[in-house]
Amino acid sequence: MEIGQIVFVVVLLLTFGFAFKKYKELISTIFLAKPVKVDGPVFERLKNMLLVAFGQKKMFQNFLPAIFHLFIYVAFLITQIKLIEIILDGVTGSHRIFAEPLGGFYTFVVSSIEILSVLAFVATLIFLWRRNLLKIPRFNKAEMTSWPKLDANIILFGELVLLFGIFSYNGADIVLQQRGMEGYPDTGPLAVSAWAGPILFGGLEAEALMAWERAGWWIHILAVLGFIVYLPYSKHLHIFFAFPNTYLAKLKPRGAMENMPEIMEEVKSMMGLAPEGDIATDMDEIPEFGAKDIFDLDRINLLNAYSCTECGRCTAACPANLTGKKLSPRKILMDIRDRSEEVMQKLKSGNSEYIREDLRESAKKLSPENFDDGKSLFDYISQEELHACTTCNACVEACPVLIDPLEPILKMRRYEILTQSSGPADWTPMFTSLENNGSPWQMSDARDAWTEEDED
Amino acid sequence: MTGKKLNVRTMAEWAAEGKTPEILFWVGCAGSFDSRAQKVTKAFCKVLQQAGIEFGILGTEESCTGDPARRAGNEFIFQMLALQNIQTLNAYDVKKIVTACPHCFNTIKNEYPELGGNYDVIHHTQLLKELIEEGRIKVGEGEKSLKMTYHDSCYLGRINGEFEAPRKVIEALNADFKEMKRSRRNGLCCGAGGAQMFKEDEPGNKRVNTERVEEALELNPDVIVANCPFCITMLSDGLKEKDKQEDVMIYDLSELIVHNNKW
Repeated sequence: MEIGQIVFVVVLLLTFGFAFKKYKELISTIFLAKPVKVDGPVFERLKNMLLVAFGQKKMFQNFLPAIFHLFIYVAFLITQIKLIEIILDGVTGSHRIFAEPLGGFYTFVVSSIEILSVLAFVATLIFLWRRNLLKIPRFNKAEMTSWPKLDANIILFGELVLLFGIFSYNGADIVLQQRGMEGYPDTGPLAVSAWAGPILFGGLEAEALMAWERAGWWIHILAVLGFIVYLPYSKHLHIFFAFPNTYLAKLKPRGAMENMPEIMEEVKSMMGLAPEGDIATDMDEIPEFGAKDIFDLDRINLLNAYSCTECGRCTAACPANLTGKKLSPRKILMDIRDRSEEVMQKLKSGNSEYIREDLRESAKKLSPENFDDGKSLFDYISQEELHACTTCNACVEACPVLIDPLEPILKMRRYEILTQSSGPADWTPMFTSLENNGSPWQMSDARDAWTEEDED
Repeated sequence: MTGKKLNVRTMAEWAAEGKTPEILFWVGCAGSFDSRAQKVTKAFCKVLQQAGIEFGILGTEESCTGDPARRAGNEFIFQMLALQNIQTLNAYDVKKIVTACPHCFNTIKNEYPELGGNYDVIHHTQLLKELIEEGRIKVGEGEKSLKMTYHDSCYLGRINGEFEAPRKVIEALNADFKEMKRSRRNGLCCGAGGAQMFKEDEPGNKRVNTERVEEALELNPDVIVANCPFCITMLSDGLKEKDKQEDVMIYDLSELIVHNNKW
């Protein structure tokens, strides 16, 4: 076994070990929220996933970015086929193990990767230019602070590195093949490297060529492994999470807010609509309604937050944000993710100061059930933001991966009104009037007074 | 009978005669109390009567559907109002409901079923389209020189996917119709939804209705067609702010049909 093989296997195992741990942690974080019953037709869900995540249907409402995004996405997908060979070569010490057995088909697959890589290269440059030089409002909103901006650029830069690796690896290889070097099996004429390779590397000595080829190979695989490790910290997690997110997206009508059965039953019994003694709700302990923290949201809400790639289409369509209000649907999702991360890191620390004060004596260990760090989602999302929403669903409509930014906003409003009894002062008279007169306005006329009036 | 000038009967009055009308007209709070929306209510009643449709209203037995309470976060008040309404509707064995308010439409259609209220609910623009297509109401020549645009309410359009019915009616009215830049799925909110109607705006640099009216005014229209009492209020306020209330009119489709027929 050569030293290269040993290094490769160690790096591979470290990467997969770390990734397994980190992705498991991500899923446990999402599971801190309330479970959701996933029902409804599987066919409908599969259709959503295939059309929206795989087929990128909603991206195409905005054609140009959609096309360039598609280049990068398809290049990414089919490059993964090549990864099988790279890993096999790395472990066994072989070189292009599939080239000879697959023959012309190998040429076809690698050529396709090359063509898409060129398109992805162009798209990446355009995205870098668009993100950093064009003044596109949605990339420059208040929540797009240093880290989100850097995150976006890191990935685009990483893509360039990956493409540089691919073309060094293939280009130098072609020249070595042309010179009849032993150990470099015939790949056939690769669509790009067959002509670009000799131009870029034709003047080099054999040793330099071999060095370029090896460097390209290592850069390629390290960039891919780097992505796997980096994604859990990045908005680019959407490349994986878009799939479960679209599959699990709620199928209820858009206009239906989630019902609160505990309140419905309570009101029914108040109105004498429920059989006596059949009341499940025990009012001895005042229950908390709505969402104060991530534990009160549901798992789809959290999955939504982790699937968000901060593209800002929601915010660009939000009437409140468009007119200068503080609300930004994208920020709501970023805040939920940040808060989820904070809670998970604190839980992992096991520090007993995060145990709820009254339980600190009795509890043995910090757990999600006794967790209280004195903070909540309200430390991230202000009431001003929550109060600015018109529930117009433009954000829901705009999201290319079926995220619902509206639901957490409304759940937090419920907490404010039902649990904290706060909320905008203007709403108090509305509530009073609704309760007493069945209308949001205090009117002295009867509801059918208009029927007595003249025609207009 | 009562000496009602408009000859609109309540469900209680129908029931007293042992009859059930073919449809219940859900008037809504704005349609009942807001003086501008009352005009829409009356125009729609006239259309129904001209089409020979037997309808009833709940009158004083109707309450707010609970939409603003629920969206403000007050589930208790929503449940109180909704359960009470459902009790009333079920007592009259109501099967079919038409309403001129997209908020009422959405709540009764999408939120009442889980509370035990199952009805066939349509928005009045959908009924108007049907009546025109079936020839039950006629629309005359129209005014080709009249410049018209249409504002999609969020709760009829984006939320319930009804973009075509109102446009079909507009087409029948035969005016010089142009779409705003943001229309259909991308239609811009008027700013009233989510109980914003009942509170001051949060701090910002513009009101949502101003933004929307500016967009409409780019088309230099004579008429902005709307399908929601709250949109009508918000857009009217926006026009006043621009001092355009004399030049541009905001109408509901039923008003335009009444006007077209000179009823």
